[in-house]
Amino acid sequence: MQPAPLAIRTAPPLLAIALRPLPLPLLSAALTALTRSVAARHPSLFRRLGPYSTARFVLDPTDLPFVICLLPDAAKPQVALHRRAQQGDTKIAGPLAALLGLVHGAFDGDALFFSRDLVIEGNTEAALALRNAIDDAELDIGAELQALSGPFAGVMGQAISVAQARTGLCLTRPDQGEWI
Amino acid sequence: MEIVCPAGTPASLRAAVKAGAHTIYCGFADETNARNFPGLNFDRAEMRDGIAFAHRHGAKVLIAINTFPRAGAEAIWHSAISDAATLEADAVILADLGLLDHAAQKHPGLRRHLSVQAAAANADMINFYAATFGVKRVVLPRVLSVPEIAAINAETKVETEVFVFGGLCVMAEGRCSLSSYATGKSPNMYGVCSPPSHVDYREEAGELKARLGGYLIHSAAKGEPAPYPTLCKGCFTAGDQSGYLFEDPVSLNAEQLIPQLQKAGVTALKIEGRQRSASYVAQVVQNFRAAVDALAAGRPMPAGLLARLSEGQASTTGAYKKTWR
Repeated sequence: MQPAPLAIRTAPPLLAIALRPLPLPLLSAALTALTRSVAARHPSLFRRLGPYSTARFVLDPTDLPFVICLLPDAAKPQVALHRRAQQGDTKIAGPLAALLGLVHGAFDGDALFFSRDLVIEGNTEAALALRNAIDDAELDIGAELQALSGPFAGVMGQAISVAQARTGLCLTRPDQGEWI
Repeated sequence: MEIVCPAGTPASLRAAVKAGAHTIYCGFADETNARNFPGLNFDRAEMRDGIAFAHRHGAKVLIAINTFPRAGAEAIWHSAISDAATLEADAVILADLGLLDHAAQKHPGLRRHLSVQAAAANADMINFYAATFGVKRVVLPRVLSVPEIAAINAETKVETEVFVFGGLCVMAEGRCSLSSYATGKSPNMYGVCSPPSHVDYREEAGELKARLGGYLIHSAAKGEPAPYPTLCKGCFTAGDQSGYLFEDPVSLNAEQLIPQLQKAGVTALKIEGRQRSASYVAQVVQNFRAAVDALAAGRPMPAGLLARLSEGQASTTGAYKKTWR
């Protein structure tokens, strides 16, 4: 029995066009700040990475004009954007929607991998550790951005809602109610 | 019927409880459990919190300590059992005779289940485990047909738990040495079949090549599902013939057999997949909970929606509807 493939949409072409002229150092600094905020709020994520907390991960959103290099060292995580062709311990490539869906628990990593919506190259163990650590952290990028926005959290929340509606990308974690 | 769900992380445990799991099984973050993968499993504090969360919401937690202790390292496994008792786990899932004896002697109040790794496939064997070690439930190996399961249940008072969804192992679990041969690490003692440190996926000449321990085990052309990285699901060539030597790369889905399994006297339905995501766990649990609730209420079984979550993206009813013996 061969089921229908997962419906992974690609990012709107306009998004890639809009991102292309932006200065990568500026975007890198913003993503590094976001990652450090995540590190402070989710220390178990880095603990789960174990020996791979110092690995170099290349995340390749194949429908965007850059790749993301992540050095997740818990003390001082760093993110740098590059124009393609970066070397790392492991590379995880796929449409931005698949990568964001993984972060927000909308998709199962194994299902994406076996359907070949995601491609892993290099150290499989490092990729698996990152996948498992992120899955357990139950991240919400929208909430993290709001936490970073201080008094502008409300405005940021509205901007995220608009961006989510316009692009169809999963930018927040679905609300599952309060379970304690 | 009881739905027994996997949890590789605290997030998966919570997802399983929220999705309606009656019972969750999980393991400590070491070689005492058979899913000792990087980034997975629970430290002691996480296990304590996970058990408390499950109990608050009326669910049970079983701790799998189902690998076989290495000579000279038994203390690691003994400590896992002792901690499971202290943390108030509802049961431990064991396979090793020595560990079963240790648990029965040192922690008689801790309920003992027999792991599928023990490969207990007939009533005499199961009754021996019950009489000798006080085993209350057995997880049956995935080699039995539904009539064979019914025959076992007719001859034992031990509860039976059967796999209904997820990965399949070839032959009798706990006795496979394929991964050990290719990687030098025993799944049965270190808890990792096809350890990811030995798995390599690479695009070569337009095909995705999967290797384990340097051995090429499958190539997938563009558009085909990615190969599953175990030797048992590898595609091999001998002479001018190529094919799946051990088993097809399919996973189990016995959703539609639940009524027959109930008639066969099965107590609990087990979902495989502690290495899968919280999203997977939630989706699978919701489907199986809906199925058993429909069965209990006398409603028709809901149509299956789980195929795309299967490893290898293809499914089978496995030995339950055995036609090949």
